[in-house]
Amino acid sequence: MATPTLAEVINRSQHHGLIARITSQQIFWVFMAAVFACLALTLLTDSFATERNLFNVTRNFAFVGIIALGMTAVIASGGIDLSVGSTLVISAMTVSVIMSAGMPFWLGCLAALGISLLVGAVNGVLIAYAGMPPFVVTLGMLSVARSLAMVLSDNKMIYEFGPDHDFLLWLGGGSTLGLPHPLIIMVILACLTAFAFRHLRWGQHLFAIGGNENAAVLTGIPVARIKVSVYMFSALMAGITGVLEVGWLGGVTTNLGQAMELTVIAAAVIGGANLAGGGGTAFGAVVGALLIEVIRNSLILLGISTFWQGTFVGSFIVIAVAFDRFRQRKS
Amino acid sequence: MNVLELKNISKRYGAIQALDNVSLAIAPGEVVGLMGDNGAGKSTLVKVIAGNFAPTSGDILVSDQKVAFHKPLDAQKAGIEVVYQDLAICNNLSAASNVFLGREPTRRIGPIKVVDYAFMRSKSAELFARLKSETRPRDLVHKMSGGQRQAVAIARTLLSDAKIVLMDEPTAAISVRQVAEVLNLIRQLSDHGISVVLISHRMPDVFEVADKVVVLRRGELVADKKASDSSPEEITGLITGAIEHA
Ligand SMILES: Nc1ncnc2c1ncn2[C@@H]1O[C@H](COP(=O)(O)OP(=O)(O)O)[C@@H](O)[C@H]1O
Ligand SMILES: [Mg+2]
Repeated sequence: MATPTLAEVINRSQHHGLIARITSQQIFWVFMAAVFACLALTLLTDSFATERNLFNVTRNFAFVGIIALGMTAVIASGGIDLSVGSTLVISAMTVSVIMSAGMPFWLGCLAALGISLLVGAVNGVLIAYAGMPPFVVTLGMLSVARSLAMVLSDNKMIYEFGPDHDFLLWLGGGSTLGLPHPLIIMVILACLTAFAFRHLRWGQHLFAIGGNENAAVLTGIPVARIKVSVYMFSALMAGITGVLEVGWLGGVTTNLGQAMELTVIAAAVIGGANLAGGGGTAFGAVVGALLIEVIRNSLILLGISTFWQGTFVGSFIVIAVAFDRFRQRKS
Repeated sequence: MNVLELKNISKRYGAIQALDNVSLAIAPGEVVGLMGDNGAGKSTLVKVIAGNFAPTSGDILVSDQKVAFHKPLDAQKAGIEVVYQDLAICNNLSAASNVFLGREPTRRIGPIKVVDYAFMRSKSAELFARLKSETRPRDLVHKMSGGQRQAVAIARTLLSDAKIVLMDEPTAAISVRQVAEVLNLIRQLSDHGISVVLISHRMPDVFEVADKVVVLRRGELVADKKASDSSPEEITGLITGAIEHA
């Protein structure tokens, strides 16, 4: 073997100081915080480490985690999607209405995901081609999509899902090998998202747009098309979650997913998505969602009023952003 | 043969005559220092050459062929590249990703095409070596010096077989040490037969690398002479108008 050149040694020390690299990542500390919270809860309460509670925690966390994957893509591209909670409910309502009319699951699911993609496409086109601010467009969609879900269902609760009723409940509420299905699906989607971020041109381009949109335009990246696809991706994740959540709850009302956008944004941001654009990882989204869910669960188990939840979520967003600012100023 | 020739180029913005009958020829590998006061028309000239907009009148010839650029991509295809100062660099990506931005090579794994990072790294390492720059392909641009950023932007022009590279004020906002780095990069380009048009306010920089100095004053070309036949004092006089014409 040849002796390494100086350049190689420098290169290695820059890129392969694994421990230094890991501990310099925000996500590492978030992960440690989540682990620490779990340990503390196990010691402090009798109820945390029960099978039943863990089952609930993992499933709840999976719902937030899946949507946070989409949100991370949007945030990394320099945008924001406030309409995810409403996209979730319109998807849930679509699958429910179709299945309760006696149609099979696959048809309802396809329609639900199709509607979700349409919601994302409308967001994306208004943002990318009409040049409107993402905040405004998706805030409008937040209202429109939920209202359409109410129209669709006549604001009634649906809990009968026709011939595939049991399959839907199994898909969202059941488990395989002790793992809740939403968790399994989240893991698969997280792996796919991580792969797309890292290894597809789509991923490269969306991070380039978030990093410097002007540069992306000048180098001929199809910025508008990528942006539309990113909002469609986010909506698809919300749509998938909508279908799963109906199966878990065994019924759906139009207040499903209300105020969920903030929890999801918090999860993405805590997991390292940079609200200024250009940063974020799939793994981070999942870990961020985990921490939020563990904290939410701990409030309940410790007998603290769940009214405090909003305080935590809101503060987390602000703290995570402040942390990021601080780090940027240092470098 | 000239890489680029401008014949009687004029450009008006409404009542403003930004360029007035400018003629200029650039040989392969030649480094041209383009100087002039603020508002003299330097950026306008670069934008005309780069295809950002057409001249009001006059002809552009590339390798002795008349061309008409309708958009920047046309000029790029003809071998004309612009190094925008910080505009075309993404700080959050690696040097290699920036070099290949928008042109990422892919390889197939089954039905999907994945970005070929290995090729991107080895190719950009090769380009940085050619530019004698110490930039490392995997480093994030975010952590780089101004000189290294320039190297990234310039490596991109090598990727596309540029004939001529236009640089608008590349040394305006960087430290002295980094200026030396950028000037070295310009020499490397020239050694590879690529012509460079360098816009700069810094007289020493221009005299250090330029073969030829060109001065614009209120849209008119008032000097076009070999750097070795001129002096900073003369050029200053030409820029201010103390010397009418050279
Ligand atoms: N887009 C534009 N519209 C109108 N006038 C312009 C525009 N760009 C430049 N000008 C005018 O053209 C003249 C030359 O400008 P410019 O080429 O930017 O000069 P320089 O780069 O040498 O400072 C100036 O008088 C400037 O105000
Ligand atoms: Mg200028």
